[in-house]
Amino acid sequence: MSLKTIKNTQQKERLFQSLLSASGVIILVLVIGVFITLLIQSMPAIIAHKFDFFSHTTWDPVSGQYGGLSFLVGTLLTAFLALLISIPFSLSIAIVLGEYLTEGWIALILKTAIDLLAGIPSVIYGFWGLFVLAPWIRNLEIKLGVLPYGVGILTASLILALMIIPYAASLGREVIRLVPAELKEASLSLGATRYETVRKIILPYAKSGISAGFLLSLGRALSETMAVTMVIGNSNLLPTSIFSLGNTMASVLANEFSEANGSIYISSLLEIGLLLFVVTTIISLIGRRIIKKMSVHQ
Amino acid sequence: MTESVLRLDHFNFFIGENQILNDINLKFQRKKVTAIMGPSGCGKTSMIRCINRMNEWVKNARVEGEILFYGKNLFQMDPILLRRKIGMVFQRPNPFPTMSIFENVIAGYLLNGIKLSKTDKERIVEDSLRKAALWDEVKDGIHRKGTFLSGGQQQRLCIARALAMNPRLLLLDEPTSALDPKATSHIEELIIELKKTVTIVLVTHNIAQASRVSDFTAFLYLGELVEYGETTKMFTVPEDKRTEEYLTGKFG
Repeated sequence: MSLKTIKNTQQKERLFQSLLSASGVIILVLVIGVFITLLIQSMPAIIAHKFDFFSHTTWDPVSGQYGGLSFLVGTLLTAFLALLISIPFSLSIAIVLGEYLTEGWIALILKTAIDLLAGIPSVIYGFWGLFVLAPWIRNLEIKLGVLPYGVGILTASLILALMIIPYAASLGREVIRLVPAELKEASLSLGATRYETVRKIILPYAKSGISAGFLLSLGRALSETMAVTMVIGNSNLLPTSIFSLGNTMASVLANEFSEANGSIYISSLLEIGLLLFVVTTIISLIGRRIIKKMSVHQ
Repeated sequence: MTESVLRLDHFNFFIGENQILNDINLKFQRKKVTAIMGPSGCGKTSMIRCINRMNEWVKNARVEGEILFYGKNLFQMDPILLRRKIGMVFQRPNPFPTMSIFENVIAGYLLNGIKLSKTDKERIVEDSLRKAALWDEVKDGIHRKGTFLSGGQQQRLCIARALAMNPRLLLLDEPTSALDPKATSHIEELIIELKKTVTIVLVTHNIAQASRVSDFTAFLYLGELVEYGETTKMFTVPEDKRTEEYLTGKFG
């Protein structure tokens, strides 16, 4: 190779590296930028009601009361409940598609259906929840003797669960497929059944990846707006049971932002946005720590 | 008179349209090492994978003829129970990365859900690791992950894992192909030691290894059993011309 071509290659290498670093920096700047904007915009509200925001459950903009606690509770409750409901389904799908049905047309149909589930607009889920799921829940509530709203925390969680299944299922399927064949063979050669191999070799090996899928699902559930807004009942009171009406941070923003008047009102809504940002970041950081601890390759 | 543990009787193995093994008749003697030797693709790995019925997951796999294990057709036995009696060690060391050394040794029991008392566990682990000549090297860190060991140690751990189930037959599928010369000679010494208690089938493409450790050798070529006999005899006066050519390095 001549000296000139070597120089040329080196230049390309440097250009490539700086492009990569630039993309990294841009992402970082964007995230920090969003955070700072939210912080500055919510400053008036933070100054005006200090820690009342976290300790008060009354959100009544007309009388100037801005307590955000019920939205925080609503968000965490619906998201974790949705995750809990979705886990058995997404895990089973991941095991079936990752280990048992890895090829063939049934697998292809299933896989496509799961991926399609992730592509359905959330407003469609909201409509389905409102017109199909809510009446079912209402019947259930009548049977149980609780106030039959139909909509509420449970309905929102069920819709969310359905929406987040594809994320954990797809990632779970991938990591289960990546479990080395030689480990499965070792297990089978010791006289283990297929089920024992899945439970004691494959799942322990893949658990950090599977958990990453759950984390992805949880993140989606925390920030989902449209579908939740449609079926949660939009009550600003603190939910007392899973049948209560409620509101999440995202749904209150969607509902009230366009109608908000007065700088404190808008600023308080942005404070909710800031809180949502912080909560999702914290949960994602905790999740990452857990995943790292579980990882087989340390 | 040595009795046969395993006998292949007019055994054929197909994957789809391809015939991998062609009319194999072969007896394996008790507490002896039988080497299965041959060039790549001759069907040696397929053969031992039929013995513990690991080929049943291969798509379109089909067998004809019989394999008799202690006189019983093993295709009529329960594959799970069969595999507990036949241990297998693979080409690349594959200890379970999620388990400690201790757990790896008793993995067969853990996986099968067989409950063992603490003393039984400790006894089985120590016995198996001693048999696999690994005990002295790992006894102080027995609860560490098995993946911290060197390649040769990992392979001996896999041998210990197979021995822990008290197999009557041990299948070794090119157990040293991923190891360095020193670790290889360690494993070879171990194989010679182990045949005192267990019947061993050793698949190898390494002619020197077959001559060093085996009592009997079967030479497979293109899915056919070309020659079978005592190792010393086959290596000095091979009967078939193809065996002679393979042994002298003319092909393979």
